[in-house]
Amino acid sequence: MGLARAVAVILAKELRLEFRSRELLNTTVVFVLLIVVLFSFSFDPTVEESRRFGPGLLWMAFLFAGSLMLQPSFLREQANDTLHALRMAPVEPFAILLGKILANFLLMMLAEVLLLPVFAVLYNVQVLPVLAPLLLVFVLGTLGVAVAGTAFSAISAQARMREMLLPLLLLPILTPVLISSVECTAGLLADPAELKRDWLQYLIGFDVIFLAASYLLCDYLLEE
Amino acid sequence: MTTGGKGNWAATLAVALLICLAGYAALFIAPEERTMRAIQRIFYFHVPSAWTAFLAFFIVFIANIGYLATRKPKWDWLGVSAAEVGLAFCTAVLVTGPIWAKPVWGIWWTWDARLTSTFVLWLMYVSYLLLRTLLADAERRARICAVFGIFCFLDVPLVYFSIRLWRTQHPQPVIAGGEGSGLDPTMRAVLFLCWAALLGVMVILLRQRYQLEQLRHDAEELALAVDTAAPELHSIQR
Repeated sequence: MGLARAVAVILAKELRLEFRSRELLNTTVVFVLLIVVLFSFSFDPTVEESRRFGPGLLWMAFLFAGSLMLQPSFLREQANDTLHALRMAPVEPFAILLGKILANFLLMMLAEVLLLPVFAVLYNVQVLPVLAPLLLVFVLGTLGVAVAGTAFSAISAQARMREMLLPLLLLPILTPVLISSVECTAGLLADPAELKRDWLQYLIGFDVIFLAASYLLCDYLLEE
Repeated sequence: MTTGGKGNWAATLAVALLICLAGYAALFIAPEERTMRAIQRIFYFHVPSAWTAFLAFFIVFIANIGYLATRKPKWDWLGVSAAEVGLAFCTAVLVTGPIWAKPVWGIWWTWDARLTSTFVLWLMYVSYLLLRTLLADAERRARICAVFGIFCFLDVPLVYFSIRLWRTQHPQPVIAGGEGSGLDPTMRAVLFLCWAALLGVMVILLRQRYQLEQLRHDAEELALAVDTAAPELHSIQR
């Protein structure tokens, strides 16, 4: 089976699994909403302040949500040892990882797109005029979270204290994604909207490096 | 194959002497800096600690690759030893930094590029060591940690440049800077003497830690051998 076909099969399986219950989507959306609301309680921001802190808060919420949402990616394969079965299939190990990365990416994107209008209303920001570049930033930033998060979910699933481990492994590594996504988003939501190209290139660089590293290391990662 | 006691003692003694010499040179031989006065002398331990920590983390990276390529446990032992020693030096950097910053900048900590990226680096290797404690099986622990360590090391330049682009206040490197940014020759000599002393400390610690890991491994093997040969001894064993 070719790589693309194998990835498509895994991706379809992951999405089918999620849309049977929609557990991940529901919990992620509610979780991000909670963070956004709790933030305004704890800082009581004025209109200007909420515009200023909004992009950072949004990406913090996405990162925390991602570190919880990506947890089950490999963990739920363990209940019936289905990862073993996947590995016995005549496909490259990278196909398994890439299928899961794409599924997680799509689910996170979906949650973010659902949350964007809510965020825009609560924090008084105009997103419609800059929707296309903003979605580009979301795609690149989320891809970075999904690539690193899925690979680390395979790591944390094999350890004790799995439920608490993934955020500890993932969040320090994602510092560059956080900074560049926040800078890009803040630039787009500022009054003369501006697309910060150097930060965008930075995001692309992170995505490429982590995808390449996952490709090179996934044989070792998924080995039993 | 524990390397002998005498060699260890001699090396430790030599490094202890070197440390005393470095301390003396930093306090009395190096000229006093014009604006910062005596507090600037912490520089001779702050900067070499940082260099030593980076070197140790680089050794972790090499050991991780070595393990994945050869699957020999000795690479894993080197990896964990270097990570612990590197973390110790990184902690020294993070402690001496604020002590220096308080009288000079007026604040203990600022979210500047170099401080922040060193802090993130410290957090990454803490999570590397934490991950090790949560994996029971030795082979799996070595393999998974090697993969995670490589990811960490690849992330280091990304973290550094992203935070640097974000903001900086820390003095630009004066050692390898352009014309007119150089150090006084005596200061430079003392700096490198201190680095040599700290490198000596690193090597001693690394070797001790490596031998400890090796002994642990041997003890596990022996316990396993006893278990298989005489299972009734199991309760006495533990």
